[in-house]
Parts: sequence; C-alpha cells; structure tokens
Amino acid sequence: MTTAIEISGVHKHFGSLHALRGLDLTIEQGEFFALLGPNGAGKSTLISLLAGLLRPDQGYLRVLGHDVVRDYRLARRSLGVVPQEIVYDPFFTVRETLLIQSGYYGLRHNDAWINTLLERLDLSDKADVNMRALSGGMKRRVLVAQALVHRPEVIVLDEPTAGVDVELRQTLWAFIQNLNSQGHTIVLTTHYLEEAQEFCQRIAMLKQGQIVALDTTQNLLASFERRELRLALDSAGLPESLRPLLRRSIGSTHILDLPSLGCLEEILGIIRQSGAQIEDLSLVEPDLEDIFVSIMSEQASV
Amino acid sequence: MIGFSTLFYKELLRFWKVSFQTVLAPVLTTLLYLLIFSYVLSKRIEVYPGVSYTAFLIPGLVMMSMLQNSFANSSSSLIQSKVTGNIVFVLLPPLSAMDFFGAYLAASVVRGFMVGLGVLLVAQIYALTPPVHIFWAIVFGLFGCGILGCLGIIAGVWAEKFDQLAAFQNFIIVPLSFLSGVFYSIHSLPPFWRQMSRFNPFFYMIDGFRYGFFGLSDVAPQQSLLIVAASFLGLSALTIGLIHRGYKLRG
Ligand SMILES: Nc1ncnc2c1ncn2[C@@H]1O[C@H](COP(=O)(O)OP(=O)(O)O)[C@@H](O)[C@H]1O
Ligand SMILES: [Mg+2]
Repeated sequence: MTTAIEISGVHKHFGSLHALRGLDLTIEQGEFFALLGPNGAGKSTLISLLAGLLRPDQGYLRVLGHDVVRDYRLARRSLGVVPQEIVYDPFFTVRETLLIQSGYYGLRHNDAWINTLLERLDLSDKADVNMRALSGGMKRRVLVAQALVHRPEVIVLDEPTAGVDVELRQTLWAFIQNLNSQGHTIVLTTHYLEEAQEFCQRIAMLKQGQIVALDTTQNLLASFERRELRLALDSAGLPESLRPLLRRSIGSTHILDLPSLGCLEEILGIIRQSGAQIEDLSLVEPDLEDIFVSIMSEQASV
Repeated sequence: MIGFSTLFYKELLRFWKVSFQTVLAPVLTTLLYLLIFSYVLSKRIEVYPGVSYTAFLIPGLVMMSMLQNSFANSSSSLIQSKVTGNIVFVLLPPLSAMDFFGAYLAASVVRGFMVGLGVLLVAQIYALTPPVHIFWAIVFGLFGCGILGCLGIIAGVWAEKFDQLAAFQNFIIVPLSFLSGVFYSIHSLPPFWRQMSRFNPFFYMIDGFRYGFFGLSDVAPQQSLLIVAASFLGLSALTIGLIHRGYKLRG
C-alpha cells in the first residue's frame, strides 16, 4: 500500500524567514492525523506546499506517491484541501460553486454526489442561495463540500472548526469521522486540543517550522507522567513538606502536582506520618493540552 | 478539456452576471466619444478620400473598446480573485497552464467582441456602409483582443493590489490605445510622431481593423497582420510560461 502523504527534507523560506526547517513526515492511508502547533508554527505553510499553492525550496512532498510538483495532476486529484481562511466567489450560488468546482476536476455529471454533500453538511436549503448571503459557519461548510467534490482519498482540513458553533462542530466531526471510517485519510490542524485528543490516532506537534513531537495520541498521553492529585484532608491540613507540590487549594481540597506515579506512595506516606486523615482522593489524567504546553515551553528554553 | 471549458464558462458567467457594468457601460462610454468627436471634427477632417470623419472614427472606436475590455476582463477577474483569496479554487484543481491561459484568454476575447458588436450596433445611427473585407476585420479583432487578453492576464497575475493594476492600465494600456490612430490617421502627424507610432503595436491592430471596413489603411494589412500575429504568439508564450512557473501565483 502506498503512503497517503510523504514529506521529505522540506524547507521553505519567506524572504529571511525560515518557515519550515527540514520537515520529514509520513502519513499512512486511513490515518486520522492531527498537526498541532502554535500560531506561526508553519502548519498552513505545510498544507499549502502539499496543495501546490506554494513550492518547496528544498525537499519533496508526495500524495499517494505522486510528487506534488512533477505529477501535480495526479497529486491534486487525490487531495482535497479545506483552506484556513474563509474564501468564496461572490458571483455564484452554493450549487453553482460546487458544480464549477467539479468541472475543474473534469467531472461533469456530479449532481448526485453534490446533493449528498449538501445534505450531509446541512446545506440543502441553501443550495440556491448566493455565497454572499451565507453566515461564516455556512461558508466554511461550503469550503468543506468544495474540497470533497472530486471524492479525494486524502483530505486535509486547516482549522475546520474555527469560528463554527458547537452544534455545527459536532455535525462536522461526525461527517469527517464517517469519511475516515470509509477509508479516507484525514489530516487536520485545530486549536481545540480536546478535539484532536478525541478523534485523532496520531499527532505531530510543530514548532517554528520543526516537528518537536510525533507519536500516537495514546503514547503521547502515556509518556507524559505528570498528573494531578486531588486530596481532601481533615482539619490537620497539608503537611509542610508537601507545600512545594501544591498547585492550589479549594477549601480543604488540595491539588498537588504529581511528577510521576511512583511518587504517589511517598506522598501518602508523608500524610500518614503527619497524622492527617484522607477524606477523598483522586487522580486526574493528563490531557493533550498539558502535553502541548509542556512540549512547547520545554523547547522554548533550548 | 472539461477543466478548461468549466473555467471558460465560469469566466463568461462572471462578466455576464454584471453585464450592465462590463458590456453596457463601455458601449455607452464609446458612444459618447463618437457623438462628441464626430460633432466637433466631422466638418474639418477628411482622412481618406470619400470617407467621412465619422465613418473613419467608428471602426477605430469599436476596436479601442474591444481592446480595452479584453484587457479589463482577464485583469480584473484575476486581481479580484487574488485579493479576495478565491484564486485558490482554480489553483487547487489539476488545471494545466494551458487550461488556465486558454480559459481567461477566450473569455476576454468574447467580452471584447460583445462590447465591439454593441458599439457597432449603436453606431448604426450614422448609417454606416458595411465593411468591405469583414474577414480581415474579424481576424484583426481576434488578434487584438487576444493580445490584450494576454496583457490582462500578465497584469492580473503581476499586480498585488488594485492600484498597481490601475497603474498598469493608466500608464501602458490607455496611452498606447489613445496614441494608436483611433482619432486620426498617422499621416496627419509630424514625422517624429509618425515614426513613433510605428513602434506601437496598437497602431497595427487598429489600422488593420480599419482596413477591413474601408479597404484603405496607413500600412499594408499583410504587414500589420504579421506584426500583430507575431506579437500575439510572443505574448502567449510569455504568459503560458509565467503561469507554468507559478509566477506570483504559487509562491
Ligand atoms: N505568504 C507568506 N509570506 C510571508 N510570510 C508568510 C507567508 N505565509 C506564512 N508566512 C509566515 O510563515 C510562518 C508560518 O505561518 P503559517 O504556516 O501560517 O503558520 P500556522 O498555520 O502554523 O499558524 C509565520 O511566521 C507566517 O507569518
Ligand atoms: Mg494556519
């Protein structure tokens, strides 16, 4: 099986700015992949290179084995891209927009699939409305439909849920998950880390044009040892020697930083010795946000 | 082929949906030129024996409006798409440089001809005699609109803002088209300017087009055709090359 996306040694400069610094990344077919990173990390630049909107200064990118510059026809036919910015052509209605986009891919009788897309994206009643008259969230869904008119095997979404309200976000996720379960490869960027954690199997974290973390979501979460320990104690209170671990207290509940699971025993021992009684205890698992913040700040100090 | 024809259709639709501004308005503007210049000058000038000044003026104005509108079509479509960002819709699909070039060019030529026909139609208030060599007129019309369609694509691809496009238009296209012999025969010019006009490709488009109407021209139509055709081929090659390289479109 060919890989869905293969990126090798890719550099991109904008004038003196070195936006991508030697990127290597391979994504297999059928993956649900998240590209995370702070603003300006280079996520959109990477997507533009994949889509052929920009050209790499060095290195190559392939979609289903097709070089995006040399075999651009096959590469672009295999790829559907939802851009980050909401753009539209004010001259046309939703249906016209989708029919025209189909034609650009050489498809003439695409009405059945367009109707399906409109339905799935909850746009059926807007089909004959001019693009100008749609809300931001609707325009973004038209962009999603436009990216899918040619049924691409690899689908790349650049912040698809930005500025979309909660209900629509769920519609969109259900739709994307469904595409993934049908075998489409999904790559997306998002600012909502809980979304990436919930839906994506594998994650790359990008910082200043470099990949600083790349692993399955599970491994990333497991490798991150820091947890939160919530302790409700009686009036004896928290022993002085545990103060350095304290993040905050809510009444008699103390929230401690647990550097690793191994420390738990030791902490409980200290409490027993101090004579305080534990009334309640819970461990809070780390989430992607903790890992993200930790990785991003780690690298900053280098 | 479907890719090309879809982009061509989209470009036609784009100007046709606002034909009030893109076809009717330029016809009206040209009609005003015609009314004013023929009123002021018709009694004083006879350019060719037996051809009234008004009759002389009409083909020139028709061609000038065709050229300007061909340029306006491709250039304004591209700059609008670039500024609003929807240019990505044509950059993402597997359209070739030829598809892209051909579609923008063909739509420009269609718009040029629609405006030209509109001007000819309203000019019938002066009861023109029909063109003597209509085939020559059409050929020069096609090449002229083609050249300006190319220039429009180049300007639209090159410009990043509307004012850069306006500069291209005001400092290159408008002077070249006004100094091309629309309002006069170059034989009425002082020798220096007559010589200068021979370096203006617009002069040959207009002169050749006018030959199609009267069978009379300042230079031989075969020579004009050669120059105009060569200009068109050269500009086409340049434009296709720019698009193929992704100049200013794929950074
Ligand atoms: N067309 C461009 N011209 C100049 N600089 C750019 C361009 N596109 C992006 N950049 C710069 O490259 C860096 C990466 O941007 P981008 O890929 O948009 O980041 P992200 O999508 O991760 O927020 C930023 O510093 C941005 O300012
Ligand atoms: Mg971005």
